[in-house]
Amino acid sequence: MQCENCGQRPATIHQQLIINGQKRESHLCEVCAREKGQLSWAMSPHFSFPNLSIQQLLASLLGQEPAPGQLLPRGSEEPRCSKCGTTYSQFSESGWLGCAHCYTEMQPYLVPLIRRIHGTANHTGKAPLRTGGVLRKQRDLESLRRQLQEAVKAERYEEAARLRDAIRALEGGQQAGGGAGGME
Amino acid sequence: MAQVAWNKLVSQPASRWTAADGPHADVALSSRIRLARNVEGLPFPQRMTEAQASALIRQVEQGVREINLMGLSSKVELYSLADVPALERQVLVDKHLISPQQAQAASGRAVAVSEDESVSIMVNEEDHLRIQSLASGLQLDAAWRTANLVDDALEQRITYAFDAQLGYLTACPTNVGTGLRASVMMHLPGLVLTQQAGQLFHTLSQVGLAVRGLYGEGTEATGHIFQISNQTTIGKTEEEIIEHLTGVVQRVIDAEKQARDHLYQEMKVQLEDRIGRSYGILANARILSSEEAMKLLSDVRLGIALGLLSQPTLRTLNELMVAMQPAFLQKAAGKELTPLERDVRRAALIRSHLRV
Repeated sequence: MQCENCGQRPATIHQQLIINGQKRESHLCEVCAREKGQLSWAMSPHFSFPNLSIQQLLASLLGQEPAPGQLLPRGSEEPRCSKCGTTYSQFSESGWLGCAHCYTEMQPYLVPLIRRIHGTANHTGKAPLRTGGVLRKQRDLESLRRQLQEAVKAERYEEAARLRDAIRALEGGQQAGGGAGGME
Repeated sequence: MAQVAWNKLVSQPASRWTAADGPHADVALSSRIRLARNVEGLPFPQRMTEAQASALIRQVEQGVREINLMGLSSKVELYSLADVPALERQVLVDKHLISPQQAQAASGRAVAVSEDESVSIMVNEEDHLRIQSLASGLQLDAAWRTANLVDDALEQRITYAFDAQLGYLTACPTNVGTGLRASVMMHLPGLVLTQQAGQLFHTLSQVGLAVRGLYGEGTEATGHIFQISNQTTIGKTEEEIIEHLTGVVQRVIDAEKQARDHLYQEMKVQLEDRIGRSYGILANARILSSEEAMKLLSDVRLGIALGLLSQPTLRTLNELMVAMQPAFLQKAAGKELTPLERDVRRAALIRSHLRV
């Protein structure tokens, strides 16, 4: 095998790198390897990353989904947001939705996609203050309950007791808060 | 007032993170939190009219007032990018304050930045708002606290697009939920030189983390600098995402330090030789490309961390990394430069900071 850099001398330095699951090989002669600073270190000084854009990623994920048309009764039109006019195929080309309302109108298609990207489609994090903090407490409770389960499973009983108290305190607060602040 | 702050912003390489005073700053250069937010009832930036874009900028201006009332250590100022020359916009890209996309189409776009550059808000990029908080070293929790406060302050003036199931709604579903991207910029020469980096990055991708080069998606990892960030944004709380990333980064730091120790013990002469040569070139070269400079500065940074070199400081190295970028060099020169002129000025700049 010839050196991939000069193409003249035989390649004697072979390397294989695996980055983000992508294999990359390099075959260099001693002279070129020395020039590239790889010899005494036997390692490429920099990596090149696969240039995978969000759009490509989405397109490949969308490729695995049934086309929106296949899910619809015959004769019905492609999903289109009534607020901003963005169609599902426009979204799958660009990777961008047109407005927040798209999430409502294209929900049957977007939720499976979001699950595929993130593994879940249930937000458990921060919620805007305007939701009255009630939602936020629910999220906190869910998170604490999860931690409690893990603590019990791992037999960390001291931590479990602390978490149980925290849950009780929050539950008490939520009832009081719910009464005063009305429904979310 | 604003003009003074702006001039400083586009001409000085130093900022809060370059101080290199955060925990583990010899391996973790900086920690960044980014929150994507959109406004209820308004089309996403791609579909906005110019009038809507300008109206939102004015609304954010009100929000910035709220931010300044909450007692951050430095004042936040909003700048319309339409009024800014392309070269100065590029300087902000070099400083990681705005994205290349944000710099390209400036009309209807704005950026708010705090004086120490630890807080910035991109307006009308891919999402209506991209709140960023930047800290030195490994301090994701501190950066999150700041970003969270800024988010709360803006919310007093802006109603966010939010769904009880899906969370914060973003233009691209890859950011939906928390809208949170947490990332740590790391210098990992030890892992690269001991051939452990490839395996490590493969492992990281399996625990839901992404590894990228210095300037984000699709860029090369020059100078052994890598960004490690969370890939999924929904299903975990912000604290859980940050805790997970911090834990992993902590282990990467340990592995990097072990690799450095190993190199120091097993290949001390070769290490000193390499670092000495790199220092020699940087201290004497008259022409330096950006790539070569990054590579050599990486060796010098390693030399400082291992105590093989006594100067320059990590702070100086961080500032050089910003100041040697093409836009920064041209801004300093006050004119456009050819690639050769840039390489000459880059070499002169670096030389002036390294004693022979």
